[in-house]
Amino acid sequence: MYYDKLIFEISTPGRKGYSLPDTGIPAAPIDASLQRTAPAELPEVSELETLRHYTNVSFKNFGIEKGFYPLGSCTMKYNPKINQDIANREAFQIHPLQPASTVQGMLEIYYETQRILSELSGLDTFTLNSYAGAHGELVGLMIMKKYHEDRGDLKRTKVIVPDSAHGTNPASATVAGFESVEVKSNKDGTVHIEDLKQVLGDDIAGIMLTNPNTVGMFEKDILAIAELVHEAGGLLYYDGANLNPLLGVARPGDMGFDIMHINLHKTFSTPHGGGGPGSGPVGVKAFLADYLPRPVVKKENDQYTIDYDAPDAIGQISHFFGNIGVVVKAYTYLLTVGKEHFSEVGKFSVLNANYIKESLKDLYELPIDDICKHEFVFNGLKDKSAHVTTLDVAKRLLDYDVHPPTIYFPLVFKEALMIEPPETESKQTIDQFIAIMRKVAEEAKTDPDLVKGAPYTTVVRRLDEAQAARNPIVKYRDLT
Amino acid sequence: MSKIVKGLYYTNTHEWVKVEDGFAYIGITDYAQESLGEIVFVELPEEETAVEAGEEFGAIESVKAASDIISPVTGTIVVVNDELEDSPELLNEDPYENWIVKVDLEDETELNKLLNADEYEDICE
Repeated sequence: MYYDKLIFEISTPGRKGYSLPDTGIPAAPIDASLQRTAPAELPEVSELETLRHYTNVSFKNFGIEKGFYPLGSCTMKYNPKINQDIANREAFQIHPLQPASTVQGMLEIYYETQRILSELSGLDTFTLNSYAGAHGELVGLMIMKKYHEDRGDLKRTKVIVPDSAHGTNPASATVAGFESVEVKSNKDGTVHIEDLKQVLGDDIAGIMLTNPNTVGMFEKDILAIAELVHEAGGLLYYDGANLNPLLGVARPGDMGFDIMHINLHKTFSTPHGGGGPGSGPVGVKAFLADYLPRPVVKKENDQYTIDYDAPDAIGQISHFFGNIGVVVKAYTYLLTVGKEHFSEVGKFSVLNANYIKESLKDLYELPIDDICKHEFVFNGLKDKSAHVTTLDVAKRLLDYDVHPPTIYFPLVFKEALMIEPPETESKQTIDQFIAIMRKVAEEAKTDPDLVKGAPYTTVVRRLDEAQAARNPIVKYRDLT
Repeated sequence: MSKIVKGLYYTNTHEWVKVEDGFAYIGITDYAQESLGEIVFVELPEEETAVEAGEEFGAIESVKAASDIISPVTGTIVVVNDELEDSPELLNEDPYENWIVKVDLEDETELNKLLNADEYEDICE
């Protein structure tokens, strides 16, 4: 049955789910001007009603713990329970204004996480203060800006972004006060070198790249690109959204990148999406280290200190140390996997993606038939004669309890279906997904209307997305 | 196969231009509306805005994507089709009938740089 209640709707006046002992402390008088004139509007429910309510609500949600979630560009890997368990410990129930001497353990985790990220990425120093990926991009670009300004090089007002980039890249460049300049891609989404040469010049502050790119291909010319950009006086920014396949295998710092962000909520196994919050550490090469935002955690004679001065910093970009609880979870993951096993993370995510790609390319159109990294893009069904679209396929997958892949991104293919199976999925799960995808392709041929009408088993059927965007109803009761 | 109207000028970013009495009417092509899918919002410019060929002057949002509208010509926007504000779906229903802006052309010779229907058809293939 479709559960559609708010907790307020199951409230019964006077019902309580708790009983508190008498404290023995007499009530203190409260000034009349500060007293409520009407009772607080709180739900009055029993413990069992509360549990049933939230259990029912949770059934409406699809998460990694319910089924396979091959959402391209999102790295929906499993977040082991130990991460949460460690972060919940009492030792981390601390206040950011406590003196450094009383939070040495937390500062050590901050410092060590930063150090491990440096080792994995090849960038010299990190800040963990930025809240998420796009925030990291902004911080990285502010560093790029300050670097050029401090050298008196004020004409560098443009940032190059490939046309296949994540939408956040040009957005961050604009927010940071740059103009974004598009550079064309080759057919496989890699940077068109000749086109890049055309736009490089003394007005270019830098370039933002994702490697592997948004169609899952490794940018093979990265060393040549780095050289060209550096020769022109620009810096290279690495968008860490697709870092997962490179873990323990290749490092952005070695490819010539000067600045990067990492999505802890993707690559390092912390909760993601609505379940976040995220964390987007920013790493830089040594020559940019002084620009990292305040506060900075330092280690002197085995003592950790907090530096709020950092005179050359771009400023303070978060309250204190960003989402520090997320850092604790990522640190737990880093130690759980361990240095000797990190290359398996990258390699297995790549193997999973290539296995699915090869197993389905006879039924789904594969525009770039090459070895991919952690993800790849189909351009819809191979047989388009029944006019079954990528959207229809995605909706039908819901009936098989699979979260649909990313659809209609990247924009370079009309019917894009972008699949990313992280390393945390077993061969059985992946084989099952392949079988379901094959079944849907078969249904599209034998009974196209079945696929076009999907989903059938979800709490609501196919929604009119256009109507919802044109005339959004934001009050829940108006829906009925 | 999407519809291409003879006698219009086209861009490789899928806008069309119709010229009447020195004014250019600009819209998006059938191919563009089909690729975008159901259009849910059109971000329109203000009237009296100067536009430059190759620069964006508005944006179209569909259920799939948001896409800039690139001006094929240089000039001043004299009229905006504000019907699109409340009825963005008009661009899906008839993209050639529903122009987006009317531009007072600065230099008519600029039109020679645009594509004709046959050249545009090659791009859409």
